[in-house]
Amino acid sequence: MKLHRFFQKKTSGNIAKDRLKILLISDRVNCSPEMMNMIKNDIAGVISRYMKIDEESMEVQITKKNSKGARKSPFLYVNIPILDLSGAPHK
Amino acid sequence: MSEVIVVTSGKGGVGKTTTCANVGTGLAKLGKKVLLIDTDIGLRNLDVVMGLENRIVYNLVDVAEGKCRAKQAMIKDKRHPGLCLLPSAQTRDKSAVKPEQMVKLIDQLKNQFDYIILDCPAGIEQGFKNAIAGANRALVVTTPEVSAIRDADRIIGLLEANCFEKIDLVINRLRYDMIKRGDMMSSADVVDILSIPLIGIVPDDESVVISTNQGEPVVGNFTMAGEAYRNICHRVLGEEVPFIEFEKGFSFWTKVTGIFRRN
Repeated sequence: MKLHRFFQKKTSGNIAKDRLKILLISDRVNCSPEMMNMIKNDIAGVISRYMKIDEESMEVQITKKNSKGARKSPFLYVNIPILDLSGAPHK
Repeated sequence: MSEVIVVTSGKGGVGKTTTCANVGTGLAKLGKKVLLIDTDIGLRNLDVVMGLENRIVYNLVDVAEGKCRAKQAMIKDKRHPGLCLLPSAQTRDKSAVKPEQMVKLIDQLKNQFDYIILDCPAGIEQGFKNAIAGANRALVVTTPEVSAIRDADRIIGLLEANCFEKIDLVINRLRYDMIKRGDMMSSADVVDILSIPLIGIVPDDESVVISTNQGEPVVGNFTMAGEAYRNICHRVLGEEVPFIEFEKGFSFWTKVTGIFRRN
């Protein structure tokens, strides 16, 4: 049992939390995960025209939280790691 | 000025009625005048949890339809002065009462009580609309399970759309052994997901089942759930009470002081 847990990276509690976070985003704004993926790809496409970005670890979320954790009107949160600023192709 | 609090959850079976009974009784024990209203028409349960099922004459629907006065339908709990229950009807359905009638009834009773607590049925249909119509504050009850949290989030969205001033979260049936193993979301995880202020954590405790069997709310008893509900009542009154970690049950010191404390 212990050995099994050692190999299993995520506990079921964490799995539940991660599943809920994704689920509630689409619940709150009535926006499907597929649509979120399309938004993500489009944004990545536009930004990569100007700089080299890490598309793999890019995050796109719709949240209702502000930095203090209080709920307010939903906003789109995009986190894009930049790999190279200088070597970006200019159009 | 009296506060009208609706206890709601979206999902059924997470502990709305138990929370209602315990918060109501707890506030009455703290000297407040409290009216509990069961709005679950057709599936009334608050009366039996409170142990008042044998004393029902008239009910909420009779009052709303004008068949009797509100005073005739209210049952006074003899164990706690200041605590009254307005039971729901068992043989009717949710459409028997309209939101406007609930608002009228609550306005009429507001000045007689410090707190009016409404037990909301599961779901987001007519029964939910009736229950929230006259309220200005909400306690959202959830358990650390995906289904209950998802429904709670939907309910919070609906309450926000209805301009509720205060929405607080009660997390029920927490199992510390499972959280330790990582097999249950902790209260911090749930608060992080739902992002509303936490007002209470109730551990999964057999004493709730035992007290419900006896028809006497557990609040104020020297059990984990009893203490948790007592703390919720103090927080409802606006007092700052630290959250107890029930990880290892009660500490020795709490046990010693508990013997000397009443309520």
